[in-house]
Amino acid sequence: MFEKTISELSASLRAGEFSSVELTQAYLERITALDGPINSYITVDAEGALAAAAEADQKIQAGETGPLTGIPIAHKDIFCTDGVKTSCASRMLDNFVAPYDATVVSRLKQAGVVMLGKTNMDEFAMGSSNETSWYGPVKNPWDLQRVPGGSSGGSAASVAARLAVAATGTDTGGSIRQPAGLCGITGLKPTYGRVSRYGMIAFASSLDQAGTMTRSAEDAALLLQAMAGFDSHDSTSVDEPVPDYCTTLNDDLTGLKIGLPKEYFGEGLDPAMAKTIEAATEEYKKLGAEVVEISLPNTHLAVPTYYVVAPAECSSNLSRFDGVRFGHRCEDPADLEDLYKRSRGEGFGDEVKRRIMMGTYALSAGYYDAYYLQAQKIRHLISDDFIRAFKAVDVIMGPTAPDSAFKLGEKANDPVTMYLSDIYTIAVNLAGLPGMSIPVEPVNGLPAGLQIIGNYFAEAKLLNVAHRFQQQTEWHRLVPDGYGT
Amino acid sequence: MSLERSDVERIAHLARLAIDEQKVDSYAADLSKIIDLVEQMNAVETEGVTPMAHPLHMSQRLRPDEVTETDKREKYQRIAPLTEAGLYLVPKVIE
Repeated sequence: MFEKTISELSASLRAGEFSSVELTQAYLERITALDGPINSYITVDAEGALAAAAEADQKIQAGETGPLTGIPIAHKDIFCTDGVKTSCASRMLDNFVAPYDATVVSRLKQAGVVMLGKTNMDEFAMGSSNETSWYGPVKNPWDLQRVPGGSSGGSAASVAARLAVAATGTDTGGSIRQPAGLCGITGLKPTYGRVSRYGMIAFASSLDQAGTMTRSAEDAALLLQAMAGFDSHDSTSVDEPVPDYCTTLNDDLTGLKIGLPKEYFGEGLDPAMAKTIEAATEEYKKLGAEVVEISLPNTHLAVPTYYVVAPAECSSNLSRFDGVRFGHRCEDPADLEDLYKRSRGEGFGDEVKRRIMMGTYALSAGYYDAYYLQAQKIRHLISDDFIRAFKAVDVIMGPTAPDSAFKLGEKANDPVTMYLSDIYTIAVNLAGLPGMSIPVEPVNGLPAGLQIIGNYFAEAKLLNVAHRFQQQTEWHRLVPDGYGT
Repeated sequence: MSLERSDVERIAHLARLAIDEQKVDSYAADLSKIIDLVEQMNAVETEGVTPMAHPLHMSQRLRPDEVTETDKREKYQRIAPLTEAGLYLVPKVIE
């Protein structure tokens, strides 16, 4: 039951092989038995999950089902869930029970999914290793000495260890794709504005995007179908029709033009990673695709630009956490300024503080033009690189991350080294494009991710390209030792 | 560029962030490294390039000025640290 895909589970539920309550109970028991050392969940809502499952079973009996009815999934703890603690992995929100549902959550509820619980993450989604969580780091189920990637590390680890059928994630600079790569699962970050940000705790509003973390592209298509679409509650939500992501999954790839940016295969890339990516592109040639080298000349500017834009937006967004309306408040404040300063000082961890300070500095009087304005101009150049490339190719491919999962603590002492973990994913957020990571042949016994980048709103194409690869290969079916069933 | 202790203290004050006295030096060192990283942008000629305000170059949508939300004050204030008579309480600001 733990190896079944969403559509297989859905068929089993409809055929009465087992009920959603039985399926949910089985997952809850598995979480209790196996999640301790992984630490992928912050909150498990057994009661809520079983109630939702019972409701799903009634719908199934009545024949009112969709493809997600009764499927147990997990939400990243960045999505507000009405009546359930929503911590964003921060002490600041340790006592925060959200008073409403994020649009992603309510749409999936509407589609009949069962929420098992809320997954661990880097504090306020700031990190690439899931080591900045107030609730302790998440471990990679492939090797408990190693990180799962971040910031959606709990979602990635829970899906990889079969502690949820699928999970939601968010991606501001690679936070879905990089942990998906490091944990050997399928991660999809849609086009900016494709999925509503309403109720998703904001980090950098011009970059943040919600997406899916699943075991296959087909599962991703089913989840995205329920999540995507216009939402009047999000002022940056895009009013574009949502295509049927499942009908094009099997489209033929003959003549598909794949671009490999030469900048993604240079210095800093583990040679073994380069080799496995090359093998994956060979597989695509067998499927009829044509592979050409392209250039994205401003790639080296993506990380510097991001570390102005993202902290600047974060310093503004996180000013709402002031100890007044919700969240942590310090004891016995002397005056209002003391209340603000100590509530924030006690509530935020080091990495969040660093980014708030970096952003405050970049936006402060006298520095705005040199940092923020310059970054927004370079962002335009980076975006133009992609627009030019997509005139010649259909999709762009490369590694998701420069190496496989690193050891806990290995990069924790140097923020800049950590930031370079996202060197191949960040530009996609700056340009607002959709991107995926799918598992390819492991490197040194650890998962490796192939990144596939598409043009604006080309999610259906990405899912098709990923699905065809997964029809030909078995890499996405690999299960970490000790977590097989 | 490297930040001094006093720079970090000034930035933390602007951000209304209490920071541990003993960590000021390490914040200064980390922030200086981050600034060195972002200053790679300085080498780029951007004369005439428009700053990118939105990834899809969209402008903000307008909506009719109508009440669409219902009153949820009680629900929202239930999670507040301190309230009285429907108001959020903070230390006295006006003598």
